[in-house]
Amino acid sequence: MGSTAPAEVARPETDVRPDLPWLTIVWNDPVNLMSYVTYVLQTVFGYPKAKAEKLMLDVHHKGKAVVASGTREEMERDVQILHSYGLWATVQKDSA
Amino acid sequence: MSTGFRAARGGGVMIELDAGEASILRSLVTQILGLVQPGPASDDPLERALGIGEAVEPSDPVLARLFPSAYADDDKAASEFRRYTEATLRDGKRADAETLLDTAEQGRVELTGEQAEAWLRALNDVRLALGVRLEVTEEIHDELAEMREDDPRYPAFVTYDWLTYLQDTLVRALW
Repeated sequence: MGSTAPAEVARPETDVRPDLPWLTIVWNDPVNLMSYVTYVLQTVFGYPKAKAEKLMLDVHHKGKAVVASGTREEMERDVQILHSYGLWATVQKDSA
Repeated sequence: MSTGFRAARGGGVMIELDAGEASILRSLVTQILGLVQPGPASDDPLERALGIGEAVEPSDPVLARLFPSAYADDDKAASEFRRYTEATLRDGKRADAETLLDTAEQGRVELTGEQAEAWLRALNDVRLALGVRLEVTEEIHDELAEMREDDPRYPAFVTYDWLTYLQDTLVRALW
């Protein structure tokens, strides 16, 4: 990339579908503690403890869970924050 | 072994560390600090100034876990995301590790809420790194209970289990 290139990434046209929300997925892993994952979901998303615990249990039992939905930019920001806490998180287009 | 973290008056948390515990923590976190140092910088001065960096997933499994792909099934998007965010993620992990190194001393350690958050993330980075190296499973605690003390893996597993305990007590002290 040349030095005059914009810092923002140009997204392919096909990705721009405002009617299709994007998702933040958290995946199960053997290291992150159940208490810690719950705490992080409360802290990052402001979820009440009960909701954070339910999502954590979904991650634990089903292998993954959708923890947030919104625009692609919002989900990328969420994933970046979750990575700072060491959670295994990915962005995905809602295919439902 | 210490009794873990507990809530302190004034909103923070506290823990008593003995000399060995403070030393193990500092040593492990120093290793993380070495791991999260920036990779080869871009040749491009503006990209360097903007913190734009490597676009490829690290081949080392520990680094791949500390800096995971943000897209599970879209390599191009994952690579773009990494290019624009990994430097920030590295800076954050470095700052968390430095906060822990600045505060982890033998004796009574008192942390503000903000420092405690940095400890949480730094402890998690150490556990992720150790967990990948030791190939831990969710049954680690039971596995350790059955492991012979002369097993060459025993000291590392005991350390991992202690870090798990520390982190769990820290979460509970912050709740």
